[in-house]
Amino acid sequence: MLYIPGNNPAMLQHGGIYGADSLLLDLEDAVALNQKDAARILVRNMLQTIDFYNSEVCVRINHLDTPFGREDLEEIVPLQPDAIRYPKTESVEDLRKLLAIIEDIENKHNLPHDKMTIHAMIETAMGVQNVFDIASFSSRVDALTIGGQDLMADMNIKNTKEGTGIDLARKMIVMAAKANGIDAIDTVFVDVNDEEGLKKETEYAKNIGFSGKAVINPRQIDIIHEVFTPTNEEIRKAYRIVKEFKRNKEAGIGVFAIEGKMIDAPVVARAEYVLELAGIDYKNV
Amino acid sequence: MQIVKKAQAGSFESSDIMVLVEPSEKPGRYIEIDSSVDIQFGEQIEYAINRKLDELQVIDIHLIAKDKGALNLTICARVETAVKRAAGVQKGFIP
Repeated sequence: MLYIPGNNPAMLQHGGIYGADSLLLDLEDAVALNQKDAARILVRNMLQTIDFYNSEVCVRINHLDTPFGREDLEEIVPLQPDAIRYPKTESVEDLRKLLAIIEDIENKHNLPHDKMTIHAMIETAMGVQNVFDIASFSSRVDALTIGGQDLMADMNIKNTKEGTGIDLARKMIVMAAKANGIDAIDTVFVDVNDEEGLKKETEYAKNIGFSGKAVINPRQIDIIHEVFTPTNEEIRKAYRIVKEFKRNKEAGIGVFAIEGKMIDAPVVARAEYVLELAGIDYKNV
Repeated sequence: MQIVKKAQAGSFESSDIMVLVEPSEKPGRYIEIDSSVDIQFGEQIEYAINRKLDELQVIDIHLIAKDKGALNLTICARVETAVKRAAGVQKGFIP
């Protein structure tokens, strides 16, 4: 997910060419306080006009406790981007308030309530504590994201390469997302010159269950794709597992072995996920 | 929409346009455009500005635009922002 500052026409109009799975058009932290109105109008026009190709488009609005959040929704919701990202989500109450306004705007424009989804951004200690309730509040919440920089500020801790201070938060957010069958997206890696560090952190994020990672520079996209994309060997292995499982299932066998290793339902589920990531329809293997 | 004070929107960055507006001394629209792509797109830029001013129902205005190759949608966004600021109708805005 590539962050793009909402008041930068050059970056916005080229957003779709970098091959990011999703774009985050940012009206919040990337926009100066006295330019919020300009960014809101510019992003609205971009959504109306620009082709972002295959990238999912998400708009991060300002919090409703600021003078900007409500106006952001009034301009953006009628255009129904793929998702709205809500910063500093701390409680179910925050989401209740947000959804009431969104649905009110959708009603005014005769828009459905089930097209545009919500990404809840967890970036305070309170948000982390309430994350399961936030994740399960509405079917419109289809992703949780962790805002590492704000969370560290909220916890008064320093940024370290190991991310020690926010490790518990990362895992709680992933667990809440998995428990609710939604995506979890990891925070940005701020040192754009440290490609090794980015790769290491992305591998860690993948290993603990994140389904993607945010980036602040297009240079970081390929590294993240490389980490999250299954290797040919992984795909071959997954394909064989799923195929063998189907064959054995037809013969009434639930557990079997491939090269001496036991294959049961959880292993098959993991293999199906690998094929899904590779864009292979595992149901028709 | 009536222009009651000076305001501006945009920047001098590539692909952007800086739009300055103020009340005009005489009735009517007075538009000055300086563009890096004036030869190719000068007329279209003026057309886009006028169309946006029509939409915003602005009759009297002095508008100065310094363009750095902005797309139509950016020109329209910057004109709308500057006019709403100058008319004092902008919401969700800290001057």
